[in-house]
Order: sequence, then structure tokens, then C-alpha cells
Amino acid sequence: MFPTPIAKASPWVQTSYKIMLPVALFIWLLPLIGIAITSIRPASDLAAGNYFGMPSSFAGVENYSSVFKNSNIGWYIINSFRVTIPTVIGAVGLSCLTGFALAVYRFRGNLVVFFLFVAGNFVPFQILAIPVRDLTTQLGLYNTTTGLVLFHIAFQTGFCTLFMRNFIKALPFALIESARVEGVSEWKIFSRIVLPLMRPAIAALAVLIFTFIWNDYFWATVMAQSVDVRPVTAGMNELKGQYKVAWELISAAAIVAALPPVAMFFLMQKHFIAGLTLGATKG
Amino acid sequence: MAATPQAGFWKRNQRSLAPWLFLAPGLLVFMIYVIIPIFQSIWISFYDWDGLGPKTWAGLDNYRNLLDDDSFYMSLKNNLIWLVLYMLAVPAGLGVALFLNQTVAGIRLYKSLFFFPFVISQVVVGLIFSWFYAPGFGLLPHIFKILTGHEIAVLAEAKYATYGIIAAGLWPQIAYCMILYLTGLNNINPEQVEAARMDNAKGIYMLWHIIIPQLRPATFIAVVVTVIGALRSFDLISIMTVGGPFGSSRVLSYFMYEQALSEYGTAMGYGAAIAVVLFAIMLVFITLFIVRMLSQERTA
Repeated sequence: MFPTPIAKASPWVQTSYKIMLPVALFIWLLPLIGIAITSIRPASDLAAGNYFGMPSSFAGVENYSSVFKNSNIGWYIINSFRVTIPTVIGAVGLSCLTGFALAVYRFRGNLVVFFLFVAGNFVPFQILAIPVRDLTTQLGLYNTTTGLVLFHIAFQTGFCTLFMRNFIKALPFALIESARVEGVSEWKIFSRIVLPLMRPAIAALAVLIFTFIWNDYFWATVMAQSVDVRPVTAGMNELKGQYKVAWELISAAAIVAALPPVAMFFLMQKHFIAGLTLGATKG
Repeated sequence: MAATPQAGFWKRNQRSLAPWLFLAPGLLVFMIYVIIPIFQSIWISFYDWDGLGPKTWAGLDNYRNLLDDDSFYMSLKNNLIWLVLYMLAVPAGLGVALFLNQTVAGIRLYKSLFFFPFVISQVVVGLIFSWFYAPGFGLLPHIFKILTGHEIAVLAEAKYATYGIIAAGLWPQIAYCMILYLTGLNNINPEQVEAARMDNAKGIYMLWHIIIPQLRPATFIAVVVTVIGALRSFDLISIMTVGGPFGSSRVLSYFMYEQALSEYGTAMGYGAAIAVVLFAIMLVFITLFIVRMLSQERTA
């Protein structure tokens, strides 16, 4: 293990490490802690210049309920779910199929298709934006949840395919060979043999894509206009304009907007990190 | 199985048709929404178009105009600054990972909390840092005032705005690199480390000659995601400065948005040309990445 385990160091070093940990964490999360505290401050604190001290009273309930009552954030959150959940299902579903195809079969064009998915995944959004917005408008889906979902599914399929293909490649191929010898159809090999083994990959991708899509801001801005479509990221920008310097309200709204992916992360931490660090160990 | 001719055909060709049938739905949507639009954008960049009316052929005019546009150079320069400074996330992430790669009580929670900034959206990160920098009541100007006696409004000054935004962007990016390195460190060959220790290797020497070479896969991914992240920077700029003051914090992605996508943006051809330039820059990195992956595939 590197660095040398601290347990082998002198007690003095061990103690100072244990003190440094929370201090470093506090500094690292200082901006976040600041905004969390601001979100429970009464407005009078900010007016009186009490920005960093203890809040004079707990106004969390007031601030958070005010945000929900006086802004559209409730709608925005619902919209975000309506975009995020179908995208997760669609992109993960499609990439189970594509990943399987690219991992199991040797055929001409396999690598070309694979690298098409990989490369497409890295292009800047701006080069897609004008044609995608036009296409969506032509389909009559501009400023609809469906329009956003369709694009997100398509784009995320690139990353998901990369992920799924590498995951399936690492499975024991003998399993598939022996099924073929027994005359099991290709579809059944996929659905009965490989798919059940893909559960961890599906879980990892689902949390990752949930976070990516929830946090998407660019497409939310470009493809959604009205209150009943706009996801919370784009909505936040609007709230910032509405609240101007009422930082206790902006902070509360920011915390609310950040909460779902954070909850997802803490609930599914193992899968999340497994997904994110794919490839960080081999190659 | 029934011996109809159709079933016979399927049976004979199942193995060669199956991959394409599995690929079809995913590949189709990916072509429609990702691959084809790239070419459409390149096509649009040769036209003069307001997005609604007819397109008029403009040849290379849009590109010529770019070369005369100060905003373009400003954006390009900022992209470069982003690219260079964002790279700090890689060594910084390694540093944090080394700091946290211990087994003491509660370390798992510490690792998760250090990773936290990556999970929240850039919009929220942007808001947090806008507050952090805000003159009059933000934490940073406050600290500056104590240290130097006067405040600095980071985001309101043309010379500092881009750096202020990059610092905000580094926060989640360092977290990302950290988690990659923590996984990498977890998979280091302990025998090699022990053997090196027997030979009295330690500290920086050990890190440089034994550890970092073993972390190469992690470093590669960290560099890739950081480059992509730097060139994709858009959210933070939009939230924190809207490209200002006086366009000083624009990058190509934001400049393109202003020209072609925002409320007042109607210069589709010009916007597409900016996007093509950004795409060309990205393509250099995409190619490097693919070449490396390809050589891995060959050896695998």
C-alpha cells in the first residue's frame, strides 16, 4: 500500500493525521457549508451583515417553504424527473443490446461501430445543437419533455455502449460458447445468460446516467422554454435572476436542486464509483 | 423447430444477422442525433442563415469573419487557459487521493465527502462560487480584506473572471480525478511496493518511480476527462458571468451559444463555424484517445 499505512507511523503522526482529516474536509467543503448555512439564515441576518457568524435564528423552514411557494421550483423538479427517468431506462436498455452485439460477435465493422460510439460521446455539444434543435422542431417536439428525452437517450447510448461492451467482454466467454453448442438461440443467450450477469453494470450505469442527465444544463437551456418542461438546472438560472441578492433563498433552491443526485450517490455509492472508475485500473 | 424456408434462413444466418439486429435501435438513434448532426453543422457553417428564412451559400465567409473577430480570439485564448489550468486537477486529485489512501476509522465517509462536489450539478457549483466570490458579503473578498485591506470582486473584473470560473470548475474536477486515483491506488501491486521498500525506496522517489508508472491507466482517464471537461466548459460561465464582463470570460462553447442558440442568437452559419473550430480542437484529443484504445484492443 502506498503511502505507508499511517498505523506504522509514530503516535504523534497518527494523531495529527486524524486531526488534519476533518480540517481538510472542512476547508474542502467550505463553499458548500457556507451555502448550506446561508440557506437557513433569516433574511434579517443578511441585511445586518451577518454573513459568516452563527445564524441569529433558524429560518430553514421559512426559506425552503418560501422557495417552493413563490417559485416554480416544484415544477422544475418534477420536469427533471420526467426527463431523467425515461432517459436512464432508454439509454441503459439500448446499450445492453449494443454492448452485447459488440462484445460477443466478431463481424466486419465491429471496431468501427464501437469507436463511432466512443468518439461521438466526446464531441462538443455545440456542434450538435443547431441540427438537433431543428430536428426536434420538425418532429413537433421542441419544448417538450419527449424531445429532450429522445436526444439524451441517443447521446448517452454512446457512453453506455462503451461501458456495457467492456463489461460483457470481461465475462467468461465459455458460457456463451457452451450455450451455442447446445443450440440456444442468440436472443436467449442474451436474455437468459448474459443479461442476468449484467445487473451490476446496469446499476452502475443507471446511477451515473441519472446524475449526468439531472445535472445537464446546456440541453435544458437550448431545448426547453416553458415552466412545464424546463428542468431544474435551467430553472435555477431563472431563479437566480428572480431572487437577485436574496441569497438565503437562492441557497435553499440550490440545495433542493442538488439533493436528488446527492441522495442517489449516497444510496448507490458502490455502483456509482464502480461506474465512474471503469478503466482506471487496467489497460 | 418448424422447417419452413424462412426459419431455415434464420437458422443458417442467425449468427451473422444477430449483431446487426442487436445494434439497430441504438445505432439508429445515435446516427440520427449525434453522427449526422456533426456533418449537418459543418454544412451549415458554409451558409448565411438566420435559422428561419432561406439559407444563402457563403462559402468560407463565416470562417473569414471569425479570423477578424476579436471575440473569437478572446474565446480561443480563454479555451487555452482553461485547458492548461484545468490540468492542475490531475496532480491535485492525485495529491488528495494520496492523502486519503489510509485505513483509519471513518475514512470511507471522508472519501465520499471529498467526492461530493462532483455529484452536484455545475449550476449549483456556479451559484455556490458566485456567492463565495460576491463582493460585499462573499467569503473570499472577506478573506482578501483581512489579508490585504481591500476587496477583490473576482467575477466583475475582466482580468480575473476566467480564473475565478476555472477555480470553481477545478473543485469538482479534482474530486473526479481523486476518485480515479483512489481506485488506481487500490489496485497497485503490493509485492512491487514491498520489494521497492526492501530496496529502501521511499517518499517522492517511490512515488515517481514505482507508484506513478503503475497508475498510468488512471492518469490516462483523468487526463481525458479533464481535457473534455475543459473544452466543454459552458455551465459555469453561463451561471457565473454570462461571458462577461465585456465578453472577457467567453470560451468557444459560450460564444457559439450567444451567436446561434440564445434568445437573440440568429447567426446560425457563424455559430456553426465556431462549433466546427471547437470540434476540430476536440478531434485532436479524440483521435489520440482512439489511437490509444485501438492499440489496447490489439494487444488484448
